[in-house]
Amino acid sequence: MQRVPVRELNAMERIKNFDEVCLGYSVEEAIKEASRCLNCKNANCVKRCPVGIDIPKFIDNIKKGEFKEAADVIFRYNNLPAICGRVCPQEIQCEGGCVLKNKGQAVAIGKLERFIGDYVLENNLDVVERRPTNGKKVAVVGSGPAGLSCASTLANLGYQVTVFEALHEAGGVLVYGIPEFRLPKDKIVKREIENLIKLGVQIKTNVIVGRTVTINQLMDEMGYDAIFIGTGAGLPKFMGIKGENANGVFSANEFLTRVNLMRAFIDEYDTPLKIGKKVAVVGGGNVAMDAARTAVRLGAEVHIIYRRTEEEMPARLEEVHHAKEEGIIFDVLTNPVEILKDDKGWVKGMVLRKMELRDAVETGRRTPVEIEGSDYIEEFDTVIMAIGTVPNPIITYTTSEIKINNRKCIIVEEETGKTTMEGVYAGGDAVTGAATVILAMEAGKKAAYAIDKYCHIGER
Amino acid sequence: MYKILKKKTLAENIIMFEVKAPMVAKSAKPGQFVIVRIDEKGERVPLTICDFDKQLGTVTIVFQVVGASTIKMSKLNEGEFLLDFAGPLGNPSEFVNLNNEELRQKRFLFVAGGVGTAPVYPQVKYLREKGIDCDVVIGARNKELVILKDEIEKLGCRVYICTDDGSLGFKGRVTDFMKKLFDESNRYDDVVAIGPMIMMKFVCLLTKEYSIKTTVSLNSIMVDGTGMCGACRVTVGGQTKFTCTDGPEFDGHLVDFDEAINRQNMFKDEEVRRLHHSRECSCF
Repeated sequence: MQRVPVRELNAMERIKNFDEVCLGYSVEEAIKEASRCLNCKNANCVKRCPVGIDIPKFIDNIKKGEFKEAADVIFRYNNLPAICGRVCPQEIQCEGGCVLKNKGQAVAIGKLERFIGDYVLENNLDVVERRPTNGKKVAVVGSGPAGLSCASTLANLGYQVTVFEALHEAGGVLVYGIPEFRLPKDKIVKREIENLIKLGVQIKTNVIVGRTVTINQLMDEMGYDAIFIGTGAGLPKFMGIKGENANGVFSANEFLTRVNLMRAFIDEYDTPLKIGKKVAVVGGGNVAMDAARTAVRLGAEVHIIYRRTEEEMPARLEEVHHAKEEGIIFDVLTNPVEILKDDKGWVKGMVLRKMELRDAVETGRRTPVEIEGSDYIEEFDTVIMAIGTVPNPIITYTTSEIKINNRKCIIVEEETGKTTMEGVYAGGDAVTGAATVILAMEAGKKAAYAIDKYCHIGER
Repeated sequence: MYKILKKKTLAENIIMFEVKAPMVAKSAKPGQFVIVRIDEKGERVPLTICDFDKQLGTVTIVFQVVGASTIKMSKLNEGEFLLDFAGPLGNPSEFVNLNNEELRQKRFLFVAGGVGTAPVYPQVKYLREKGIDCDVVIGARNKELVILKDEIEKLGCRVYICTDDGSLGFKGRVTDFMKKLFDESNRYDDVVAIGPMIMMKFVCLLTKEYSIKTTVSLNSIMVDGTGMCGACRVTVGGQTKFTCTDGPEFDGHLVDFDEAINRQNMFKDEEVRRLHHSRECSCF
């Protein structure tokens, strides 16, 4: 039996707006898709889920039309299913382990998780229970996936949790980075976060830990028993090529933040946005796809410039597919060497160099090598750099006890997330460098259990 | 929500707010800035801190009414609220790390242009509280646009005023007056210049001739103010720096001002939506 296809907005229509592209399953579709699950005894999907959701169990509930029960199963492991159902790379996780994958198509676990997440929000189901407090206070720094997952796990264990967020809105990359058409903000992100607040989690925006208060102050003056740092990898990288500071060159972070967090695409909002007629997005990851697809919706002709081939692109297949449907042009085996400016300092084009892939003897991974004499000039009026991010150093600048490695990532004990500072834990992109939402959530959850242990030392 | 406790018009289109923000006040140091958002639809506007009171939990900001957001902000009154007020951001002024002994060996000249006088105030205040000598030059188009003159004089330092039209003090640009000061054998070890980019550029060209270390505070375009967007990048000594996390103060002799001026104009033609926080003047 074939996988039940999920309905999507037509590409030519959707590029005119920011509405969500994937429409999700209806009740009938969900039940039909759920009935494909073989309910394996020793389920691979569960093993490959970073937070270990009992997948066959909740799918079985869906099969029987027991949506509330399915929700109860998921929420035992994950408080943000509507978000994860949308942004997890299921094809390499749960669905990658599905036995049906070998026979054709894996069960659409992600879409089913999303179905339940949305069902909970749409029907205002009460799935979270407030636990009695154990009287201990934990501060969570950063309200992105790692922080939210750590906070919700701790709240479940009875801790009084305060999440400190530097920006004016909670959600971290879920709010400033991932676009509305992939993850709706008001409909999904805000509402799943509200569920955490119902769980007793307090969220304090506009607090930049490391500046407004330091880690030491949180411990010594504000009486937190432990701290979790989930500050992500928010600092954009640039290539370091000539002309990169020209007007019209943006980091993907800036471009996406203006559109997603500041809603600059809506006229009534005050934050300005500039997008030219022809836009180059440099990079081949999910962020590059997000930036490119956003630029298309703002009316530009968009080129993805990537130095390897489509095969090596780190972006999810689904994203590449969507980008192509939306008319984005892929210039692969191409690398910028210089950004050209006009006499007023604005981008007018790029010098691009063709690349080829050669087998690297040591690593086995094919590496891009420049083809000499292949330079050519192409006109662009906006360039968006989406070549990666590094962790934000504000906390580690001001807290010398927390050690970082040469990639600026916080050093932790892998199993627990324990940093080099007593009582301080960390996880997510701040530790690993830029990765995925679910890996950050896994790290947040692990750290929560380690914090629980730490807070009870000597009591048991 | 952050309550506006006091509102004062310092000059035409230059407004001062005293805002209740105890956490920011507690950690604030001279040289740092805050990000303010007026309402749900507002921009994140970076504004340098003009004063703070740790006991009262208040922070004073001064802004010039230049664009959509500052026009909206200027209409708020005492007792009303700002939606967001985040900070302190950026690094404190370098001299905050010096001990009294080291400070006493230095003679500072502050050069303030227009609304840039506001961020100069807490720096001079900090030094005067430690008994360090400072001279301050304030430049403005005319007498009416000179702000915080009495407040800075009260701190007990020499204040020189320069106006374009000569309606107060010296008639001419701040750089003309500085040249006069330097040539009259006044010795300065450190110049701190804060004002419009173009003023800081010319101040730096002059002090370079006289080999006097010069610190400038850049008012670059920003979105988040925490290092996330890179909108505020600036070339300093051939390297790209972020004003928000590496600055806002830099060695003025290393700053690529022409690029910085271009970048500041990035959204200028987006009239209504443009970012501002600028300390515009027409002195140069």
